[in-house]
Amino acid sequence: MNNLTFLPVLWPLFTGILLIFIAKRIKLQRWVSLFSSLIGIVLSMYLVFSVHSQGILTLGVGSWEAPFGIVIVADMLASLLVLTTNIIGLAILLYSFHSIGIERERHYYYPVFQFLLIGVNGAFLTGDLFNLFVFFEVMLMASYVLLVLGGTKIQLRESLKYIIVNVLSSSFFVIMVAYLYSVLGTLNMAQISQRIAEVNQPAILSVIAIGFLIVFGLKGAIFPLFQWLPGSYYAPPIPVMALFGALLTKVGIYSIFRTYTLMFYHDQGYTHTFLAWLALLTILIGVIGAIAYWDIKKIIIYNIIIAVGVIIFGISVMNEQALSGSILYLIHDMLIKAALFLLIGIMIKLCGSDDLRQMGGLIKQYPALAWTFFIAAISLAGIPPFSGFAGKLLILQGAGESGNFLGMAIVLLSSLMVLYSVMKIFMYGFWGTPKAGYRSAAVPVNKMLIPAVILVAISVLFGVATEFMYPFISQAVETLLNPDIYIKAVLKE
Amino acid sequence: MELLMAIVIGILFMCATYLMLSKSMLRIIIGTGLLSHGAHLLILTMGGLKGGSVPLLSDETASYVDPLPQALILTAIVISFGVTSFLLVLAYRSYQELGTDDMEEMRGTETNE
Repeated sequence: MNNLTFLPVLWPLFTGILLIFIAKRIKLQRWVSLFSSLIGIVLSMYLVFSVHSQGILTLGVGSWEAPFGIVIVADMLASLLVLTTNIIGLAILLYSFHSIGIERERHYYYPVFQFLLIGVNGAFLTGDLFNLFVFFEVMLMASYVLLVLGGTKIQLRESLKYIIVNVLSSSFFVIMVAYLYSVLGTLNMAQISQRIAEVNQPAILSVIAIGFLIVFGLKGAIFPLFQWLPGSYYAPPIPVMALFGALLTKVGIYSIFRTYTLMFYHDQGYTHTFLAWLALLTILIGVIGAIAYWDIKKIIIYNIIIAVGVIIFGISVMNEQALSGSILYLIHDMLIKAALFLLIGIMIKLCGSDDLRQMGGLIKQYPALAWTFFIAAISLAGIPPFSGFAGKLLILQGAGESGNFLGMAIVLLSSLMVLYSVMKIFMYGFWGTPKAGYRSAAVPVNKMLIPAVILVAISVLFGVATEFMYPFISQAVETLLNPDIYIKAVLKE
Repeated sequence: MELLMAIVIGILFMCATYLMLSKSMLRIIIGTGLLSHGAHLLILTMGGLKGGSVPLLSDETASYVDPLPQALILTAIVISFGVTSFLLVLAYRSYQELGTDDMEEMRGTETNE
């Protein structure tokens, strides 16, 4: 019973409500959001260290003990992701000050930003399946508003599709919850896990597992369900795109982590093999997209899909190395994707176009931008000693141990293709002859560069200091591999 | 009773699927509405229909109906109500802006403009 557990959700809620009341005073809104984000980071760091020293923290909301009430559970995986979310939130907020535009700021951009953080943090921290659905909806509602805010034609058109896809997946979520409830009679994740273990996952539960995979796969954009992503993420302005790319799909992946390691882990020959094939196909599709486009936004968007595939592949292997690799890679990917979006945002602002063929020679005038992008690009591809390396290495080791050599080969080749796709941006965007007429006067490059540099620096530190991070990661993996730890912490038996 | 409900839910899902596959914006929205109705009825049915009296503690009653599915439905209804109203406003706004409610004409082209 620890109230700290729920603070990363409550804090943005209070901030969001306060921000609604001061919606017309933009300077004040910026300062309040910034202050709140800093506090949010401190809170979530404190949460990570508390979980590290005391083990899993739980909070029965309204003092209803689990399994009767909703329970909030902070294990290591959830609290690490909450911390990453808050760091990314701060960076994107700093970037928004100079790029989102006064009109959007006046129309509740900052409050909705906070509401999105509530949804994301809540989805990470909840220990109740229906509550997960509610936090998904909070997050989605905020994302609808952010996506459509500004009301340009392309935004309206893509928002419609995005909302319809998500309404469909929410209905599926409700249906799957209903089925699971009728089979097991509980919605508390720990108790679900316990009861599935008692009956040793008969076929009906494997079917429900695949049903949940459809729901979370739609959010996380895995293979046959990713089609909505490239269009919808393309429409909003860069800060919103970075927020979506770094956080939203990752909530889907986190939910797959939870359901497939905590609940449906008894019939791995069926569910996890299925997951592995979907993951590999996801990687292939992502690679095809990433190398096919000349549009830099599209290239990075398809790189999201590749990363989703790699992480899901790690989950499907389901041994210690692969899971720690997946967690490392997940955190790395959130940081570096946000950074890349922010960086290409500056490039697009400078060149006035997102087509690589219209760019060139940026390195002469903006060396800092170029080298930050270079570091971000090679960490994305997983070149040592940067942050993507350790995660991918562990995933590959895990896959090798379980004898999935086809998967190893595809993940390795995908790294090469990722490297090719981002180097294409580097070569065409930064090398070559400068095109006439950068709009440098209109773009505060240095101010916009700061948040991206912060994110890249954190990710480099994360890569260099993986040894230091490893105790945290291994604690997270221990909980994932031994659901009993989670069950004991929640049900207090 | 459960069988009848299952058939009703099936019909609702069928209509929803049919409507959502059409091109017109409004039909799709009505389809999503029917789909969530079906899902809510499904929760109700899955909890078991009329197995006892109201879930209030008293000496006379031996068995109670499960109150949890009703709480779940209430939450889900509120959420789908909010989302549907947002979707309707958005559809109207995009009809004004784009001049069409035909999903075929709302395709992203290669340049995505």
